[in-house]
Amino acid sequence: MHIVVCVKQVPDSSQIRVHPVTNTIMRQGVPAVVNPYDLVSLEEALRIRDRFGARVTVLSMGPKMAADALRKCVSYGADDAVLITDRVFAGSDTLATSYALASAIRTIGAERPVDMVFCGKQTIDGDTAQVGPGIARRLGLQQLTYVSKIERVDPQAREIVVHRRAEGGVQVLQTKLPCLVTMMEGANTIRFASMDELFRAARCEIAEWDHKAAGIADVSRCGLKGSPTVVKKVFAPSARATKAQRFEAAGQSPREAVDALLARMFDEHPALETEIGA
Amino acid sequence: MSGIDEAAKGVAGTAAGDANTGAGAGDGTSAAAPRRGSDVDLGAWRGVWVNVELERGRVHPVSWELLGEGRKLADHLGVPLSGVVLGPDDASTDAAAADAIRYGADVVHVVRDPVLAHYRTDPYTKALTELVERRRPEILLLGATTLGRDLAGAVATTLGTGLTADCTELRIDDETRSLAATRPTFGGTLLCTIHTLEYRPQMATVRPRVMAMPKPDDAREGTVIDERVALDEADVVTKILSYIPDADADKAQLAWADIVVAGGRGLGKPENFRLVEELAQVLGGEYGGSRPVAQAGWIPPERQIGQTGKTIRPKLYIAAGISGAIQHRVGVEGSDVIVAINNDPNAPIMEFATYAIVGDALQILPALTESLRERKARRSGAGAHAGREAPADA
Amino acid sequence: MAERFDAIVVGAGPSGNTAAYVMAKAGMKVLQLERGEYPGSKNVQGAILYVDALEAVIPNCRKQAPLERAIIEQRMWLMDDRSHVGSHYRGATDADEQPTRYTVIRANLDKWFSKKVQEAGALLICETTVVELLKEGKQVVGVRTDRANGDIRADVVVLADGVNSLVATKSGLRPPIQAKDVALAVKEMHFLPKATIEERFNIPGEHGVVIEMFGKITKGMVGTGFLYTNKESVSVGVGCMVDDFRSARVSPYQLLEELKQHPSVKPLIAGSEVKEYSAHLIPEGGYNAIPPVHGDGWVICGDSGGFVNAVHREGSNLAMTTGRLAAETIVALRDEGKAYTASNLKRYRKALEKSFVMKDLRKYRDVPEILHGNRQFLTTYPELLSRAAHTLLTVDGVDKLTKEKQIQREFVQKRSRVGLFGDAIKLMRAFR
Repeated sequence: MHIVVCVKQVPDSSQIRVHPVTNTIMRQGVPAVVNPYDLVSLEEALRIRDRFGARVTVLSMGPKMAADALRKCVSYGADDAVLITDRVFAGSDTLATSYALASAIRTIGAERPVDMVFCGKQTIDGDTAQVGPGIARRLGLQQLTYVSKIERVDPQAREIVVHRRAEGGVQVLQTKLPCLVTMMEGANTIRFASMDELFRAARCEIAEWDHKAAGIADVSRCGLKGSPTVVKKVFAPSARATKAQRFEAAGQSPREAVDALLARMFDEHPALETEIGA
Repeated sequence: MSGIDEAAKGVAGTAAGDANTGAGAGDGTSAAAPRRGSDVDLGAWRGVWVNVELERGRVHPVSWELLGEGRKLADHLGVPLSGVVLGPDDASTDAAAADAIRYGADVVHVVRDPVLAHYRTDPYTKALTELVERRRPEILLLGATTLGRDLAGAVATTLGTGLTADCTELRIDDETRSLAATRPTFGGTLLCTIHTLEYRPQMATVRPRVMAMPKPDDAREGTVIDERVALDEADVVTKILSYIPDADADKAQLAWADIVVAGGRGLGKPENFRLVEELAQVLGGEYGGSRPVAQAGWIPPERQIGQTGKTIRPKLYIAAGISGAIQHRVGVEGSDVIVAINNDPNAPIMEFATYAIVGDALQILPALTESLRERKARRSGAGAHAGREAPADA
Repeated sequence: MAERFDAIVVGAGPSGNTAAYVMAKAGMKVLQLERGEYPGSKNVQGAILYVDALEAVIPNCRKQAPLERAIIEQRMWLMDDRSHVGSHYRGATDADEQPTRYTVIRANLDKWFSKKVQEAGALLICETTVVELLKEGKQVVGVRTDRANGDIRADVVVLADGVNSLVATKSGLRPPIQAKDVALAVKEMHFLPKATIEERFNIPGEHGVVIEMFGKITKGMVGTGFLYTNKESVSVGVGCMVDDFRSARVSPYQLLEELKQHPSVKPLIAGSEVKEYSAHLIPEGGYNAIPPVHGDGWVICGDSGGFVNAVHREGSNLAMTTGRLAAETIVALRDEGKAYTASNLKRYRKALEKSFVMKDLRKYRDVPEILHGNRQFLTTYPELLSRAAHTLLTVDGVDKLTKEKQIQREFVQKRSRVGLFGDAIKLMRAFR
């Protein structure tokens, strides 16, 4: 079996700290990490590998420094790593990204047929969850998103059974390989690599492909050119029309400040008072 | 022969790989390149469509919220608002179509087929893409539920068009007559507005509770169009073996609660969350938390409030120790009254709240709880209700 | 059992990197183990780079290393509550010789240095903690890490694992570090536009300013404050001895907040955006607190060995120099085919004694004790000097002689003649 796991290197939002005195958010010096949702997928792929002796390739599209994220994945146990990196990818939206990644997977599959593709449920920086389905469509893979559990994989029968999260419950789905899976968070925890795996990762060669090596025929479908969505404006939210009414706890007891607030609030919003504890 | 190529051919066959419609699944196998502005006759694409998400006999309320929003967009553009219902061949599909009209749709396109009885990516994608190709709406909106996101990504890729996820605001840009979809960016610090200028349809997903729920109008009239799509169960590779409902079905009430109290990193320790829960209890509301505390495991993930958690529209929202970064703000902006408690007078939430107390949440929360408890006791008479107000056995 | 190496370096900070670099360049098979996510992730520093120490291993490093500003001006402030008295040195901006001190962003420098180390052939593995040393009798033969299959053998281990010196302590090679020998420093990075920094501090182009502060800002605790200019930010921080923090029950952050409010400091950081805060321990016990630095199969360098000259706030250059000397000793022994025994590794200690490292540390070895026992240097004198300056510089019709007498009287009042004399002797002793 051959499994491809798509990963993305993102800034680590969980390491954003809060200043101990001012409680403001400190963003500087935040390291780049593997998108945490991708690690759930990677762990699932590695478990399948442990059971069936599959081969796991990790794939990413990004700048050269994304090789660090791939190396991290190799240290967890991935067998091979491919980084597709090229200036033409700059400015890709999710459609252009799925195009590039799907092409790369096709190229990877030409050497060794791919049976499963894993993508993260979403990224912590973009949060759109669109690339997985996009890859599935392009490669004709059965699409299984929001999977909370892989119940059964049968490589011989080319069958897979999963639990898929729906509103208010779980669908138990059965489908055929090849397929694409995105995992729900919390489905597993990524393993703690052994020293041997760390050595291997430190020394392994991360293949770096430009668009040609990735098998991308039509560059106009990459990057900005290949992105139907266009960011027109980036802005900070406008201040609310009426400024917040301030109450200072300093110089009085907390109870006094609270009573002053409640008095004002119920005065201006009398309906709330009946709402409470109703 | 690569498993992928084989599969691609197979799926391309089922997913409307008809040269006439121009749609196709794979880009290696059928030549469906995204239609560029020069190829697309933008004027030919008219109408605002909303996916009416029908599953297990019930329409997800986000569909109505989107119809409410879609109504505004359609009116602005001077075009009809349509709902799309994909469902089984039974009464629930009819009911969904009728409700769609009550909630504002002028037209409802319905595909009734046993193959569509329950959601699966392939048949739903095939049906929706065919309808879109046939009717050419300029805008297609879906709720950002697991179903909606699964379907939207597949449809957008098949149609080769632009999709903007988790929008917090939708408007029409008059100059280009295009959809301006706003969503948070840069890890939630800023907002960005995204357009799909040269491709059609312009697709967007919106999370539940972000848009207001419109009032249904029983007197409204509209047209139901029965659409035919060639679907064959034999072509669908994915089978549904069963459906397991969640044990505690009332867990996710946070999104619809009228009173919510939430805590953030400013509380310092997970143990301090009980102050939030106590206040929520006295208020008769739900409790939740910001993204960092959900990620740190202080609260279960379902109680995360914010853009990537739950969007809430309560009558009263109290936030303690939460700074109020955009990602959180967009999840609570629909609240009627926001009370913010924070040590830092410059925290973003202190600006957009209705009332802001500058102080230590660990002291303010219990003071609020106590004060409110006394108010309730005074209003309803101490003796009879003392039991109800006692702290929970949590 | 994992594979074998010639040398293992524990830590990828300045001293570990220097040691690994020198040994790798000499053709040794070197493994470097770092506890943090990436090299330098556990490091916090002001930071000032003393280029000389880096140039000794990487000639021409000025051209390649990521440097912030070349320091051209040094201000030393003795702070009173709302004023300060100080000294000021400003060099020529167009001097011929190359600057020897630069402000740096620690994280950037460590990353760059680590790249050079790996290019030299050392193998770097991060997110792996050495939990103890592997021994055969008294001889150290390798390390044990927190990973499965994590015992790794080597001929010699270089401990460059930072101020807490955990590995050496855990393996019984040295006593645990004491509160009186270590300072806790906190720092913030304030972001300001480049042009603002240049204007505010009068530093055109690539030049920079260093401000070192003492006195009442540390509320009687032994410590210092600092402000360094980077390209687009200003580093502000303050640190005091840990045992002082404990007995005074003051939090370092409180101290920093108050420092930022001091009228001499506040305008310098006005309008800035604080984007990063960090804290770190700094060994400040000086010469008397240096543990044994070599043994059978092991050496210690950098903060792990307490190599910090607190008086001149030199730490990273001592780290790099001790790392280099340790590595050179090891390389020499390898060339001579000699074993890494305690007696052979004694050469490292000897090299340290001959270098500025031990010479400077020995020179200032009494300072920690003297300051600990003489708080007047941090409180009374800054006050007196400030008032003296104020008196002298106020033109109010009083004649100068009267003013001088008044100043003298105040000094004597506060410290008595005997006290003043004694203080002078102590200072002399401290700095000789």
